[in-house]
Amino acid sequence: MTGEPLLAVRDLKVSFRTEDGLVKAVDGVSFTLSPGETLGIVGESGSGKSVTMMSVMRLIVDPNARFEGEVFYKGRDLMKLSREDMREVRGSELAMIFQDPMTSLNPVYRVGWQIAEQIRAHERISRRAAHARAIELLTAVGIPHPAERVDDYPHQFSGGMRQRVMIAMALSCSPDLLIADEPTTALDVTIQAQILNLIKKLKEDFGSAVVLITHDMGVVADIADRVAVMYAGRMVEQGSKQDLFYDPQHPYTWGLLGSIARLDRPKPRRLTAIPGLPPSLLRLPEGCAFGDRCPQRFDACAQVPELTAKAGSDHLDACHLAPGDKRERRERTIHPELTEEPA
Amino acid sequence: MLTFIVRRGLWTVLVMFAITVLVFVIFFKTPGIDPVRQIAGRNPSPLVLAEIRHQFGLDRPFPVQYALMMKKLFITRDLVSYSNQGTLVIPEIFAAAPATLSLVFGAAIIWVVVAIAMGVGAAVLRGTVLDPLLMILALIGISMPVFWLGQVANLITQSRFHDTFLFSWVPPLGYTSLTQNPVRWFEGLVIPWIVLSVLYIGLYARVLRANLIEVQNEDFIRTARAKGLTERRVLLRHTLRNSMITFVSLFGLDFGVLVGGGALLTEVVFGIHGVGFLTYQSLTNLDLPVIMATVVYGAFFIVLANTLVDITYAWLDPRVRLA
Repeated sequence: MTGEPLLAVRDLKVSFRTEDGLVKAVDGVSFTLSPGETLGIVGESGSGKSVTMMSVMRLIVDPNARFEGEVFYKGRDLMKLSREDMREVRGSELAMIFQDPMTSLNPVYRVGWQIAEQIRAHERISRRAAHARAIELLTAVGIPHPAERVDDYPHQFSGGMRQRVMIAMALSCSPDLLIADEPTTALDVTIQAQILNLIKKLKEDFGSAVVLITHDMGVVADIADRVAVMYAGRMVEQGSKQDLFYDPQHPYTWGLLGSIARLDRPKPRRLTAIPGLPPSLLRLPEGCAFGDRCPQRFDACAQVPELTAKAGSDHLDACHLAPGDKRERRERTIHPELTEEPA
Repeated sequence: MLTFIVRRGLWTVLVMFAITVLVFVIFFKTPGIDPVRQIAGRNPSPLVLAEIRHQFGLDRPFPVQYALMMKKLFITRDLVSYSNQGTLVIPEIFAAAPATLSLVFGAAIIWVVVAIAMGVGAAVLRGTVLDPLLMILALIGISMPVFWLGQVANLITQSRFHDTFLFSWVPPLGYTSLTQNPVRWFEGLVIPWIVLSVLYIGLYARVLRANLIEVQNEDFIRTARAKGLTERRVLLRHTLRNSMITFVSLFGLDFGVLVGGGALLTEVVFGIHGVGFLTYQSLTNLDLPVIMATVVYGAFFIVLANTLVDITYAWLDPRVRLA
């Protein structure tokens, strides 16, 4: 956690003009990432996780999108790069894998060709050498018989295998930052574990930093060093994995943790759920976006809370409650079974 | 890929056989059409009818009649026109084919090039005024019937403005063969080419634009961008390649139909004596052997074009090869 951050996002705002008005998909998100670090971004669908990272990659081509804020990568503001400079960064220094491996590969080209295409977009290298590299990469991601499989088409691979191909492609230019946008959501559970272990292993081998977008707290607990929680386009809590799981500060994080079925605790009568639905991004409520669903709501919540360090130097949260007031309320939210009278 | 082509080839032969049987049944066995009366002319005596019936083999059982017809059509190639006695049908079609091929090939080149340019242009310029403008232009092209457009073109280039420097180069209607005078061949076909291609340009540009926009939203296009490819490469190698599948299948069908005599209206309007013109004439006279031959000829090209489409399709989309 020392030295120059690899990626520093400052007050990123992304909004989309729609017929119904302005949708604030991302509303002032800031975070930093050190080289080699793994950051998990969690939140519900529509909380702005993907849009944040797609904006970092500048992959949103919608003419109705508006971007504000700064994205410093190795000291350069990506938002200010020319299209050509950004293209050079994309795929070679920043790589991204996506949620659905079934549709993320071009159906009409051989997988080896698709990997080689990326290598050749960034390096002066012969077709043959790029093809050989593709085979090496397929070996690295654990595809059996890579020398033959390299000439197969995507439809000849299963979902898990396709995600491995996507990972091979993303790592083909040894990027310093790998963004994985829900890489296991479309896969079944046994394959999920394989893919996560693969990402963990390759992250070590390639020395890349990883941003893992997910809505699965279990995945985060498994692989992340630090965790950021997003809600309605804003970041509500950020800290080390230990901080977040053992000393969560934001009532929304409590809700998320409380909704996990745990095997190491007494079984609750039913899992706690967060009441209500996330607010419409067209009309965010005044003040704290979580206010309407928050059981802890009080007067101060009418003001938008700042994301500041209240519980520790590297543990930020956006809640008006004083840290001291939180402990008991938190236990009641996350572990009602421990505080409730036995029925 | 090779097995695919062989399989497809055998299938083609089967389809051709089915078509010949079908056409034969329709034209020779439909109640109310008696080919003998066609040949015999007005008020023939029963004796003459029987004579002709025997002479043309029309008193034989149906399969024999069919076999005879096919023999005359494909092996001895001496099928004779009924209404124009003495004219051999097959050489007539072969003589007419170059005119049709010239017309259709030229028009096809124009419509493919212009339609791709318009479709890609409109898709790339989406969100600007040029996109709807191009599409309205395409719609106008689709809406103009070829016989009307052809007549208007003739009116302008042959009479009204023929004496101005703009159109003084346009030769009179008709077809000059390529071997006879290449310059004249070209000059005489420019206007028909454009007239014939207008409809298809409009249609294909719209289809391609729609496909491009659909493919642009695919996940793999996002992947292509994330790989750091240039926008140009994303467009040409990833978006366009995946959008061409509908385009190619449409093209194969239309091209086959046109070469097979479907450019009939254009040929008639411009006095080009091609296969379409021949079909038109034989239909007005109900000249059965000629109809038979032109239909088989047309079917042959349509089936051939279809086969080529399927092969191209398999080349474009590897998923088809196994199906």
